[in-house]
Amino acid sequence: MDWLTTVDHKKIGILYLIAGGLFFLIGGLEAILIRIQLMQPKMDFVTAQQFNELITMHGTTMIFLAVMPIIFALMNAIIPLQIGARDVAFPFLNSLGFWTFFFGGLLLNLSWLVGGAPDAGWTSYMPLASNTYSTTHGVDFYSIGLQIAGIGTLLGGINFLVTIINMRAPGMTFMRMPMFTWAVFITSALILFAFPAITVGLVLLTFDRLFGANFFEIANGGNAVLWEHIFWIFGHPEVYILILPAFGIISEVISTFSRKRLFGYSSMVFATILIGFLGFMVWAHHMFTAGLGPVANALFSIATMLIAVPTGIKIFNWLFTLWGGQLTFNTSSLFAIGFIPTFVMGGVTGVMLASAPADFQYHDSYFVVAHFHYVIVGGLVFGLFSGLFYWWPKMFGRVLNEKLGQLTFWTFFIGFHMTFFIQHFLGLMGMPRRVFTYLPNQGFDTMNLISTIGAFLMGVGTIAFLINIAVTAAKPKNAPNDPWVDGRTLEWTIPSPAPEYNFKQTPLVRGLDAYWKEKMAGNKEVPAAEPVGSIHMPSPSIIPFMMSVGLFIAGFGFMFAKDEFASSFVGMLFNNYIVAILGLVITFGGMFLRSVFDDHGWHIEPEELEDKGVKA
Amino acid sequence: MMNRWHAVKRLLPILAGLALLLSACGRADLSTLQPQGPIAEKQYDLMKLSIGMMTVVVVIVFLILAYVLIRFRRRPGQTEIPKQVEGSHKLEIIWTVIPIILLVILVVPTVKYVFEFAQDYTKDKNAIQVKVTSHQYWWEFDYPQYGIKTGQELVIPTTKKISLQLNTVDVLHSFWVPSLFGKIDTNPEGNTNKMYFEAPKAGVYRGKCAELCGQSHALMDFKVKAVDEAKFDAWVQEMKAPAVLPQDPALAATFEKKCLSCHAVGDKGGTLGPNLTGIGNKQAVAGVLLNDEAPVEKNLKTWIEDPEKVKPGSKMPKVTLTPEELDGISKYLANYKLQYDNGK
Repeated sequence: MDWLTTVDHKKIGILYLIAGGLFFLIGGLEAILIRIQLMQPKMDFVTAQQFNELITMHGTTMIFLAVMPIIFALMNAIIPLQIGARDVAFPFLNSLGFWTFFFGGLLLNLSWLVGGAPDAGWTSYMPLASNTYSTTHGVDFYSIGLQIAGIGTLLGGINFLVTIINMRAPGMTFMRMPMFTWAVFITSALILFAFPAITVGLVLLTFDRLFGANFFEIANGGNAVLWEHIFWIFGHPEVYILILPAFGIISEVISTFSRKRLFGYSSMVFATILIGFLGFMVWAHHMFTAGLGPVANALFSIATMLIAVPTGIKIFNWLFTLWGGQLTFNTSSLFAIGFIPTFVMGGVTGVMLASAPADFQYHDSYFVVAHFHYVIVGGLVFGLFSGLFYWWPKMFGRVLNEKLGQLTFWTFFIGFHMTFFIQHFLGLMGMPRRVFTYLPNQGFDTMNLISTIGAFLMGVGTIAFLINIAVTAAKPKNAPNDPWVDGRTLEWTIPSPAPEYNFKQTPLVRGLDAYWKEKMAGNKEVPAAEPVGSIHMPSPSIIPFMMSVGLFIAGFGFMFAKDEFASSFVGMLFNNYIVAILGLVITFGGMFLRSVFDDHGWHIEPEELEDKGVKA
Repeated sequence: MMNRWHAVKRLLPILAGLALLLSACGRADLSTLQPQGPIAEKQYDLMKLSIGMMTVVVVIVFLILAYVLIRFRRRPGQTEIPKQVEGSHKLEIIWTVIPIILLVILVVPTVKYVFEFAQDYTKDKNAIQVKVTSHQYWWEFDYPQYGIKTGQELVIPTTKKISLQLNTVDVLHSFWVPSLFGKIDTNPEGNTNKMYFEAPKAGVYRGKCAELCGQSHALMDFKVKAVDEAKFDAWVQEMKAPAVLPQDPALAATFEKKCLSCHAVGDKGGTLGPNLTGIGNKQAVAGVLLNDEAPVEKNLKTWIEDPEKVKPGSKMPKVTLTPEELDGISKYLANYKLQYDNGK
C-alpha cells in the first residue's frame, strides 16, 4: 500500500525502474520473436499479421514504455540528490505521472489479450492506421494508451523543469550543475514542447477512428502526409529526449572513473542546448521520400548535418576527459566506454542519412534499422546500463555484482554489434525494413542468421543482468555513502540509499563537482547551508493512483463503445458510454478532492533524523 | 564525379578499397552497391563519399580511444590525483571547425543532387511517361502516351528517360528499385509525386515496396525490364493487340466470368487487378513466385488455388474453379506469351 500512495521521488524512481524494466523485457521478447521469424528466408514462425503486430509493439513499447521510464527512474532517483533538494517540486504530480504512464502502458499491452495489437508500425502512418485498413482495436489501444502514458511524461517533464530551476541548493548556479542534471533539464524542456504535438496527433487519430472525423481521411478532404508531419515534429525531438540523458550519464561516469573533471564542461553544456534546439528543426528528414520538394529536402539535409557538430564536440570532450586520467574498469565504465565508439558509428550513419539524395536509397531499408538501433541501443541502452550500475548503490544500498555485470557487458556488447552492424549491409543490398519474410537467393540469408544469433546473445546479457539483480538483492545492504570512492557530486555525500528527507541539512555548493571540490580541499563533508531543523515532507496520497485507474477505465469505455457484446448488460454499459463516463468521473473526482482538501504535509523533527534511510 | 573535390582526393585509396569491399555485396539487379543506372550511380557516388569521410572520422575516434584506454588506465598503487583539466580552446575549436569543413564537402553534392533528381520531365515529349499506381499489394503501370496498362512488370526502353508520376489508391507505399534509383513514396490522389530515371543497360531489375503497407508488404515485389527501343515498340504493339481468349468456349466463358471481372487481357476485362496480357513470359507470378525457380504454369496454379497462402491480406479472392478449369486457365495463361523479347 505504501508503494501505491508514495510521493517520495526515490520510491517513484524505483517504481519507474520496475515498470520500465518489465516493459523492457516484454519489448525484448518481441524483438527475439521478430529475429526468429527473420532467421531464414520464408520462415513460418509467425504470420504476416502477427509480425506486423510484433514490430509495432516492439517499437512502441521500447520507446514509450521501456527506455523513457527507465530514464525517468534515474531522473527521479538522482536529480533531487544531485542538486541538493529534498524532493521534486511537485511530489503529487510526480506520483500522478508515474501512475498514468503505468496504466497507459498496461492498456496498450492488454491489446495482446483483447481486441488485437496495433499493426500499423510505431509510426502509425495513415491511411494504414485508419479503420478501413486496420480493422481491429489495435490502433485504438495505441492512440489511447499513448495519450494516457503521454500525460505522465509531460507531467514528469514539467516537474523536472521546475525542480531544476527552483530547488537547487544554495551556491549551485546553472554553470555548476552536474552534467546529468543539465541533460535532464534540456530533455525536460524538449518533452514540454514535443509531447503536446504527439498528443494533438493522437487525439486527431482517435477522433478519426472512434468518432468518424476526417483529419486524415483522404476521400473526405483529409491529408495523410499531415500525420507524418505531426508525428515527426514530435518524433525527432523524442530521439533527443532519449539520448540527452544518456549523454549526461556518460559524462558523470567517465568523469568519476577517470578521476578527472569533465573536459570542456561549458562547451558540453552549450552543445547539449544546441542539440536540443536543432532537434526541433530537422523532423522532415524522416520524410525525404514523401515528396516535399527539393527546397525542403535541401534545407532539412543541411539542418540535420549541423547536429553532427555539437555531437562531435561531445565525443571529443569525453575522449579528452579520459586523456590524462586514471581510468578504473568496471561494468559501469565499460558500458560508458563501449558507448563512445558505438554511438559514433550511429552518429556517422546519421550524417549519411542526412544527405537526402543518398537517403532515397537508405530510407526505410535495413540501413535505417541499423542506424537507429546504434543510436538507441548502442547509445541510450548502453548509457542506461552504465547509469544503473553506477547509481544502483545509491538507489538500493547494494553494489551490483561485478563479475555478472561484466558478463552482461560483454555478451550485450558483442551481441549488439553482431545483430546490428550487419544490418547496414542488408539495407544497402536492397532489403526493406518491416518485412515479415524475404525470398531466398537475394544474398540476405547468412547476414540475417548472424543477426539473429546476435539478438540471442543480447538476450543472454539481459538475463545475466536479471540474475545479478536477484543475487545482489540477497546480499546485505552495506554500500557506503560513496561506494566508488571518487564520487564528485552531491548524491555521494549522503547515505546509500538516501534517507527519506535526503539531506539532513541543505548543502552549500562552492563549485562544480561540489563533493570533489571539498575532498580536494581536505574536507570530509560538504558544508551545510542551514542549521538542523524540522523538515517539511509531502503527505502520501492514493489520489494519483485512482485518477490513473479512472483514465484507464475511460480508455476502455471509449474504445469499445461501438462494439457488440455477448452480454446485453455489458453492452448497455459500454454502448451508452457509461463505462467511459464512470472512468472520467473517477479521474475528475480525484482532481476535485485534491483541490478542495488542503494538505499541508507533515514534518520530520530534528530528533527523528537519525534513522537509517528508506526501506527500499 | 569524385575528382571535382580536391580535398577528397586523399581519401581515394580508402574509397577504392571500400568500394571494392562494398561491391562484393549482393545481387547486381537488387543492390544499391552495384548501380545499373545514372541515378543510382550518383547516389552511390554520394554514398561512397560520405562512407569514406565517415570511416575516417570513426577511425580517428577509435585510435584516440584505444590509445587512451591503454595509456591512461589506473595502475595498481596509483594514488596521486590526476591534473584536473578544465578544457582547451584550441582543441575545441579544432573539433568544431573540422567537422564543419567535412559537412560542407558533403553538403555541396547533396544540394546539387537534390535539385538534379527533382527535375520534372512530365512535360517532356521525348520521355516515356508512366503513371505508377500502387495497390495492396501490386503495382500498376499506365502508359498514357500509348494507352496501355500493365501490372508488376515495368517495361521500358534503354534509350529514353522514364518520367514517373506516382499515386496510391489505398495506403502509402514506396517505389524502390535499388539498382536503378532510390525510393519515392506513393501518396493518395491529390499529392502526386514525380520522379525520373534511366536504365541504359538492358536487363531485369528487382523492385520492392519500402513503406509498411499491410500484411504482404514484404511480398510486394515487382520488376523493371529494360529492353532496346525496337523491342519496346514491339511490346507496345503486342500490348495493344486484341485479347486472345481460351480456345475452348466453355473455358473462355469461365475465364471471362471469373477472371475478367477484375483482370484484363488485351482489350477485354476490368481494372481492379493487374493486367494479365503476356503473363506467360513475365518474370514472376504475383511478384514473388519466380518463374525461373518453378514453371510458370505451376506458379499460376499455386497462386490461383489459394492467393491468401501466397500473399496474406491480398485482395485476390479464392475463386471457385473445378480442377479442370484451374488446369485449363493456368495452362492458357502460361501460354499467353508476348514475342517482343524472343530475339534474345
